[in-house]
Amino acid sequence: MTRIGVFVCWCGANIARTVDVELVAQKASTLPGVVYSTSYLYMCSDPGQALIKDAIRDYNLDRVVVASCSPAMHEPTFRKAVEEGGLNPYFMEMANIREQNSWVHDDRVAATEKAFELIAATVERVKRAQPLEPLGFSVEKKALVIGGGIAGIQAALDIAEAGFKVYLVEKTPSIGGRMAQFDKTFPTLDCAMCILSPKMVDCYRHPNITILSYSEIEEVKGFVGNFEVTIRKKARSVDEKLCTGCGLCIEKCPSKAKSEFDEGVGERKAIYIPFPQAVPLVPVIDREACLWFSKGRCGLCQRVCPTKAIDYSQQDTFIKERFGTIIVATGADVFDPVVYEEYGYGRYPDVITSAQLERIIDPSGPTKGEILRPSDGKHPQSVVFIQCVGSRDEQKGYPYCSRVCCMYTAKHAFLLREHLPNVKLYIFYIDIRAFGKGYEEFVRRVQDELGANYIRGRVGRIYPEKGKLIVQGADTLLGQQVRIEADLVVLATALVPQKDVEELARKLSISTDQYGWLMEAHPKLRPAETMTKGIFIAGTCQFPKDISDSVAQASAAASKAIAILQQEWLYSEPVVARVNKNKCVGCFACKEVCPYSAIEEEALVEQTSGLEKRVAKVNEGLCQGCGNCASACRSQAIDLLGFTSEELIAQLEGLAKVERE
Amino acid sequence: MKENKEWIPKILALLCRWCAYAGADLAGTSRIPYPPSPRIIRFPCSARMDPYFVIKGFREGFDGVLVAGCHPGDCHYSVGNYYARRRFMLLKELLLFAGIEPERIQMRWISAAEGKKFAQVVNEMTEDIRRVGPLKLKEEALEIILKKEEVWQPLPGSE
Repeated sequence: MTRIGVFVCWCGANIARTVDVELVAQKASTLPGVVYSTSYLYMCSDPGQALIKDAIRDYNLDRVVVASCSPAMHEPTFRKAVEEGGLNPYFMEMANIREQNSWVHDDRVAATEKAFELIAATVERVKRAQPLEPLGFSVEKKALVIGGGIAGIQAALDIAEAGFKVYLVEKTPSIGGRMAQFDKTFPTLDCAMCILSPKMVDCYRHPNITILSYSEIEEVKGFVGNFEVTIRKKARSVDEKLCTGCGLCIEKCPSKAKSEFDEGVGERKAIYIPFPQAVPLVPVIDREACLWFSKGRCGLCQRVCPTKAIDYSQQDTFIKERFGTIIVATGADVFDPVVYEEYGYGRYPDVITSAQLERIIDPSGPTKGEILRPSDGKHPQSVVFIQCVGSRDEQKGYPYCSRVCCMYTAKHAFLLREHLPNVKLYIFYIDIRAFGKGYEEFVRRVQDELGANYIRGRVGRIYPEKGKLIVQGADTLLGQQVRIEADLVVLATALVPQKDVEELARKLSISTDQYGWLMEAHPKLRPAETMTKGIFIAGTCQFPKDISDSVAQASAAASKAIAILQQEWLYSEPVVARVNKNKCVGCFACKEVCPYSAIEEEALVEQTSGLEKRVAKVNEGLCQGCGNCASACRSQAIDLLGFTSEELIAQLEGLAKVERE
Repeated sequence: MKENKEWIPKILALLCRWCAYAGADLAGTSRIPYPPSPRIIRFPCSARMDPYFVIKGFREGFDGVLVAGCHPGDCHYSVGNYYARRRFMLLKELLLFAGIEPERIQMRWISAAEGKKFAQVVNEMTEDIRRVGPLKLKEEALEIILKKEEVWQPLPGSE
């Protein structure tokens, strides 16, 4: 006969206000198998836990039911308390009488009755509980960082400095990411490349870091401590080991294409290095633009290469590696403003995005830092900025604020004034959001000292007239229409999730929100973690943020990753499937439905007949405990520990029984 | 039991721990009220919800059974909810055949962020079941599926 203790929590007034906890505790003492029952102000507090431990000793309890908050909240707390009291931690079950009872019902009688029913059912369930031991597994002491922007670089460096090996996988030919495209950073106007480039080189030189550029994640298997990742190393057509980065091939290449790095403002060759400070400094052949690949002739680069590094026959290769932990830092994309037909982006060459302006301002950009407008290559005399293009607009864009546009627009105004002292600057805005350290001061400076004309309102239409762009909008503060003759219009486009991030999220089994931003485990308290153990997120793949916030989150993710890498063993909940070999008929319906390929076949010789039969066997390292196999099994030979049919049915019957009485 | 607004049907709610159960918790954290009709059992995944649990629920006298898991594509175990959906579509056909009203067996997708939706689902289902009244099983129905001998028996040890 089991000896069960029931502990009902008041949770201050959170439960006690709606549930007569003392009555419930008293009624619970009459349930079959219950030998002790009490209530207490805060069960999770030290004295509350001591109460449980003492009762286990004093009343010789062998099972415990705690009726309090959701198990999502305090299951680990009470499992530990019960363990310290001398019982197997899985001899404790919780009844959720707060989130799913006292907080949602206001009828005291009904809520009290329901609380009792939930407890009675949990008592029935805990009687069937089996003792379980946590599963231990070793940790592969190596981290994978996906995305080589500033967040990925920072995370990789932090982990490498802590003494662990890191693979840094980058989709494009070079690490550096968005930050490499910037001329200066707000609000300090540091030269972006001057602070980024040393970090890129550090990554390259660090003995613990392996950079895999021009590579993508193909497949992810396994779990925390033991991820098994297949990385596709795309054919670069250039041997990274032989290439010295001399650039002779690029010089001779006759074929050109639009430069992705320059946001389509400038051109690059078919064989190219995206930007001069690229890491690794190895060119890549764009096979669509290359004459050798498209027309089968040319081959100039191969002929001029002094180290014979050009290899047209190169194929994608696959690298399989094991990692203990993964950090996702894949960054964000820029909103395509073509849907705003009234702005004429794509129709008028002098309507450009902020990312394009960034490249035009950059001294290493296509105009060598001269502010020249795309249509005729002249200096603009009048520039209009339009903020919130795609942000804070549910109709054509996204409802969220992209957080960086107010600041980069102010920065652009500042830099334009520096380059062109007489340029007229107009900035259409909805609200100015300058919330960071030194941000408000920076915007003030642009407004007051640099004479940028901030106009609160939206632009309704842009159209060309006599070589100018006419910007028509509303000034909502003055309540009047404005008409501005502009030479250049810059759209402060929103940040949007990367197009392929959903696919990556699926491979990693992590979730995205309604827009496609990667979901954090908790928006306030676990901002760098995902719901999947061992996978962390950093930078703008989670949500738009500036460089300082990206770096901070990257270091946070790295410290979480290091905490895992430092462990010799990790322990997981022993919620895994188990096979009753005697009952198993070897149909392997379980094997077919298992998403983790955790079911193996095992040969068994029956003692009586001497015949061999094949039965299912669970690989506990792979089993994640979904229980699909248990539902699929036709002979009830497979069950899920912690959620056995016996436990679940006892709970179900318990819920029903009380109702009938 | 009276068949009026006051009658609170008993609904067995089978919820997966990652989405629907967390959604029910969120309804609580956000203090969104709903009638005290659901009796929740936490499952690791909707894929663990053997159709037998639903049948068992009706046998034990619940007026309705709610099955809820993650939205398609969001399953914590990637595909569990697809299996659950297939199983329940079949099961529902069978239960309809046995004379159980469609209001009584419902399957919904509720994410961990949808506390409001959980409360709404409970409200709707409670109303639905109030309309059809307490569960009355036809004898033939019981004969046909529900009283077919227990398909499940406790396992003596696992090895």
